[in-house]
Amino acid sequence: MAGIYLHIPFCKQACYYCNFHFSTSLAQRPQLIQQMLQEMVLQKDYLGNQPVSSIYFGGGTPSLLPQEDLRQLLDQLYTLFNINTDAEITLEANPDDLSPQKLQELRTAGINRLSIGIQSFHEEDLRWMHRAHNSEQALQCILDAKAAGFKNLTIDLIYGGPTLTDEGWARNVQQAIGLGITHLSCYALTVEPGTALDHFIRKKKMPAVDADKAARHFEQLMNRTAQAGYEHYEISNFALPGWHSRHNSSYWQGQPYLGLGPSAHSFNGHSRQWNLASNAGYIKSLEQGIIPFEREELTPVMMLNEYIMTTLRTSAGCVLDTVAGRFGEDSRDQLLQAAHPFLQKKWMVLKNNALVLTPEGRLFADGIASDLFFS
Amino acid sequence: MKNIRNFCIIAHIDHGKSTLADRLLEHTKTISERDMQAQVLDDMDLEREKGITIKSHAIQMNYSQNGQQYVFNLIDTPGHVDFSYEVSRALAACEGALLLVDAAQGIQAQTISNLYLALENDLEIIPVINKIDMDGAMIPEVQDQIIELIGCKVEDILLASGKTGIGIEEILKAIVERIPAPKGDPEAPLQALIFDSVFNSFRGIIAYYRIYNGTIKKGEKIKFINTDQEYFADEVGILKLGLQPEKEVKTGDVGYIITGIKNAKEVKVGDTITSMANPSKEAIKGFEEVKPMVFAGIFPVNTEDFEELRDCMEKLQLNDASLTFELETSQALGFGFRCGFLGMLHMEIIQERLEREFNQTVITTVPNVSFIAHTTRQETITVNNPSEMPDPSRLERIEEPFIKAQIITKPDYIGNIMTLCLGKRGLLINQSYLTPTRVELIFEMPLTEIVFDFYDKLKSQTRGYASFDYSPIGRRDSDIVKMDILLNGDKVDALSALIHRSRAQDFGRKLCEKLKELLPRQQFMIAIQAAIGAKILARETISAMRKDVTAKCYGGDISRKRKLLEKQKEGKKRMRQIGNVEVPQEAFLAVLKLDE
Repeated sequence: MAGIYLHIPFCKQACYYCNFHFSTSLAQRPQLIQQMLQEMVLQKDYLGNQPVSSIYFGGGTPSLLPQEDLRQLLDQLYTLFNINTDAEITLEANPDDLSPQKLQELRTAGINRLSIGIQSFHEEDLRWMHRAHNSEQALQCILDAKAAGFKNLTIDLIYGGPTLTDEGWARNVQQAIGLGITHLSCYALTVEPGTALDHFIRKKKMPAVDADKAARHFEQLMNRTAQAGYEHYEISNFALPGWHSRHNSSYWQGQPYLGLGPSAHSFNGHSRQWNLASNAGYIKSLEQGIIPFEREELTPVMMLNEYIMTTLRTSAGCVLDTVAGRFGEDSRDQLLQAAHPFLQKKWMVLKNNALVLTPEGRLFADGIASDLFFS
Repeated sequence: MKNIRNFCIIAHIDHGKSTLADRLLEHTKTISERDMQAQVLDDMDLEREKGITIKSHAIQMNYSQNGQQYVFNLIDTPGHVDFSYEVSRALAACEGALLLVDAAQGIQAQTISNLYLALENDLEIIPVINKIDMDGAMIPEVQDQIIELIGCKVEDILLASGKTGIGIEEILKAIVERIPAPKGDPEAPLQALIFDSVFNSFRGIIAYYRIYNGTIKKGEKIKFINTDQEYFADEVGILKLGLQPEKEVKTGDVGYIITGIKNAKEVKVGDTITSMANPSKEAIKGFEEVKPMVFAGIFPVNTEDFEELRDCMEKLQLNDASLTFELETSQALGFGFRCGFLGMLHMEIIQERLEREFNQTVITTVPNVSFIAHTTRQETITVNNPSEMPDPSRLERIEEPFIKAQIITKPDYIGNIMTLCLGKRGLLINQSYLTPTRVELIFEMPLTEIVFDFYDKLKSQTRGYASFDYSPIGRRDSDIVKMDILLNGDKVDALSALIHRSRAQDFGRKLCEKLKELLPRQQFMIAIQAAIGAKILARETISAMRKDVTAKCYGGDISRKRKLLEKQKEGKKRMRQIGNVEVPQEAFLAVLKLDE
């Protein structure tokens, strides 16, 4: 099984925390779509005719695209790739774009899963993040999406920010649960280098991120979602049974994926590559028939480390038999030995022959993965 | 001999010494313009970058005037206070000096102290105001300053521009007319003063000398009087743009000698060369063993690189005899070296050379000066390292080295300088106006106080309008204590410092604060303490890390995140374990960055 990711690099305005590649000028949209269609042709063999079980429109803000663009992109994918009839087709959307009419258009175009960038239901948080929508739109778009027939809905929420109190965070989580949202992606506010947020914090115009608060919010989140029957199936992802994200899961299971558009990443099992993160540069190069990308071949150690890093974040954990099968028995033994202190600390348990982080261990997933890395 | 002129140029950094030297070489056709690599005399990369001369060099020029052929030996002198002994030996090889002063900046402290050295050596001074074509040139003021200083007449002062070549011919004429020819007895036993040496990886050490009496001949057996070592003069010659071998070099001239010596330590600046066939009984006066003033530990970043570092230090010492080192072991940093430097600049240079020429990354520990401890049992211990400090219970008293600091500035900055120097335990000894706009301040200060951040502070407090020079004036009793840093109760030996009791509290607090910034949070709380013995002076706490997990790990994040965690793993490997606390490399450099 394989996945396809399309990067739509346009936004109405820049959120202060965002470090994804995007432009706030839509002037180059028509050329960019043309070149993405062209890139599909050039990359049609990348996945080697494997069945594609998920398509994901990410960004940027894919909900900015007119219906016609979406239709063209999807048509081309269906023509060139082996897309399953029941493929999960996700589109990231911002609340301010989701009018009832827009929602209908998305349904018609074939989108069967919406990922809405709610971030918070509180006005103060949304302003602080420099989001384009308000709290009323945050709520309304969810109701409208359901009315339009979207059953497979996920929303993004951000916690740990300076304007968000513990109580405010509890209400956000409760609101999402109460609305019957089947899937939640909840992210700790992260200061990425080069973002506006990073700049403001350096200039002392905004307070530094409070890591203790983020840890509290994370614990709150784990408790409340567990009570409500959500499965914490990846560090930042929570789903009611049967509603896991198929596309994102494929990243953590080491499935191949093809990324299209500026800055998009692809993986074919033994190498990773990423397109140039520049709209103009991407267009210019593809006009010459050349995809502008850089590639990294993965050594067995790199693959093993990626396996450890991604699977430790999931509820299925790092499966020891898989490690032994793919990387040798020695690697499994060495890994188990390195895991010993964490097992002892109860940050990790052995479950179904896999190393699985406990709720406490999830707070330290990076440090643990790094300690378990091979060199 | 009567047509030889030996001279040097005394100037402050940036006053244009190197450019002027280049012009002299061009005018005397010693070097063609085409071959001219700007500033020929500074041939170390570092020298060119720092704009200063670290090692002195020499070059010979031919010049004719009124049908007479003259031989000029220009001896270049180092331009930094760390190297004042080398300066004094270079001056001793000359009969005259060009006193070069920037027309816009006037006389600076460094210039004055070197000028005094030149006057002590009875050198004929030719004052030259340089950069007269620059905006901001204040020729009359600078003339006044010079007259005040050396008591010459205004017409004695030459005006020049090294950049455009104005006044160069006049300077050459003045060298012939005003600087006396060397004196000396060609028939007397050989006496040659070594004023510099350089290391050549093919030929070994090349010593530069000035012959006072006698002649040095190729192939003869010679002796260095102070080290009492004998060698063969494999090659002798004069210093043109390169080495020019000769059969002999005569009285009054400047030349080089190659004897196959491989180690710079054997060739000491200030030593006297004599011939074995007809040896001189006396050495030329003024020889001193150069003593290091500042000490610090140098450790490899990775403990396993120690042998490699040892190798590099030994190679470095081959061409820099003023560097001293001995083995040092630190609990925190493993094996390394306790090094002695001539001063802070010298320390910086060594560090940079290790990095650039030898590709070594090192950790340098808190620098300190050399103290003398007297114990109750009447022992006298030289303390070059905090670990050598005797326990306070058996300590009677400690002596610390003092200096006389000379600062020249504009009257506007007197207040700032007083605050700075008094804050560093300085005593004002004298204040005098050189001209209405230039004032000289003399302080007595502990040397240790200028080891840290003094230059930088002085510069920022005076917007660069202050020049500084110092000379040692002996040791005085002082209340020096050893301050330790503890992490969760465990002492970090590499962060211990020797410091005056009155400064310990403030220093300890700042260091704890800095360490709090530099130490990563760990899964438990960390207490950082500064202490003298059992007495805690300052404390900071790093709370336990609550969370170490990134939010997103999707298709585009995996590669970057893997690399980040791999790097983190590498970083952890390189951290040093103090008790249960992991300490990154940067933390050991904290002391040097207290003001950032």
